[in-house]
Amino acid sequence: MLPHLDAAYNLARWLTGNEHDAEDVVQESYLRAVKFFRGFHGESARPWLLAIVRNTCYTWLRRNRMDEPTTELDDSTQVIDPSSANPESILLAAARTELVRQALEALPPGFREIVILRELEGMSYKEIADIASIPVGTVMSRLARARARLQKLLSEPDLTEARA
Amino acid sequence: MICREVQELIHGYVDGELDLVRNLEMERHFHECPACSGAHERLRTVQSAITTGAPYFRPPSGLESRLRSRLREAAEVDADPPRARHTWQWVGIAAAVLIAALTITVTTRHPAGVELLAQDVVASHVRSLMAAHLTDVPSTDQHTIKPWFNGKLDFSPSVGNFAGQGFPLTGGRLDYLDNRPVAALVYRRRQHIINLFVWPARNQSDSTVRQTELQGYHLLYWTKAGMTYWAASDLNPAELQELVSLVNGL
Repeated sequence: MLPHLDAAYNLARWLTGNEHDAEDVVQESYLRAVKFFRGFHGESARPWLLAIVRNTCYTWLRRNRMDEPTTELDDSTQVIDPSSANPESILLAAARTELVRQALEALPPGFREIVILRELEGMSYKEIADIASIPVGTVMSRLARARARLQKLLSEPDLTEARA
Repeated sequence: MICREVQELIHGYVDGELDLVRNLEMERHFHECPACSGAHERLRTVQSAITTGAPYFRPPSGLESRLRSRLREAAEVDADPPRARHTWQWVGIAAAVLIAALTITVTTRHPAGVELLAQDVVASHVRSLMAAHLTDVPSTDQHTIKPWFNGKLDFSPSVGNFAGQGFPLTGGRLDYLDNRPVAALVYRRRQHIINLFVWPARNQSDSTVRQTELQGYHLLYWTKAGMTYWAASDLNPAELQELVSLVNGL
């Protein structure tokens, strides 16, 4: 097994939104990884490779989806969760994988990537900060905003309405 | 701590990013404040909804072989110019070294004896996950687990439950490593299982915490107060190090 292929593919699949593009991005990323091998210092291979995958995804998204409006990420305000969503309804939603997938896909990529790296890859704030080239504090505030939105989406089963 | 501070730090708390003192302050606040405690509960629920409900996309079959052949092709294209034999070899070597470097980051630094032990530790860890024999004494209470080892071992391991710090103790087990019976303490971190193996050290002096990686598992090992410790898990080393600090603080 090529190293970290699972994590690389999972991230690319979440960011590009489909299998075909994810595969293209993963192939390109590994080619770049080999090419830029001299820039690699060996300390933490997984974050290093995932940073390449992430950058390749964004280059790819810019090149192929010019028509989509870019979402500006507002990191300035601290989110204080106003909702008192019922934990049981969130649990019910969690049982429906499709609903969780849709909620994550409804997040802008800049939020989605952080949730994927944190919750599915179990990476630390520092590692995520390195991958996304943002400060650790921003990792935390984006996670806060992403989770607040997910909580809202998962408490309201009608996702199409919540997304609007 | 006031509610505003708690709300600012609550994500750091559920992600295990806070130091011990702040962790304790947060817990104290949750006990006293139903509003923050409710927010904490909702946050945990959202987190577990994502970790259990979100699909993890596996690479399609064939991606790896397609990727390998593209990596080979790229190496051959570079070899096209007549005097590029060197380059071709370099790229080939670079690819091989890259793969090796990505696979084993630190193992080469360790002496042979440690390497063998590391293999045994990983084997024990994997066995414990596969055989549905994770614990002999399933309990979250250190006061149940510690006495259970009495009479089964010729030493008494320190047992701590770090549920508050995100490492709940789930049980204990007898295992066999380094040619002797050892204590295995089982902790959880989200969906990850951590085996902490403990036995009396041969060399009594304390050592720093060292790290290695084997078959995709991270291993941290050290000696403290006459005991040898090995922690094994698929959890990332940074978080595994947190558990080590908690164990060493006992």
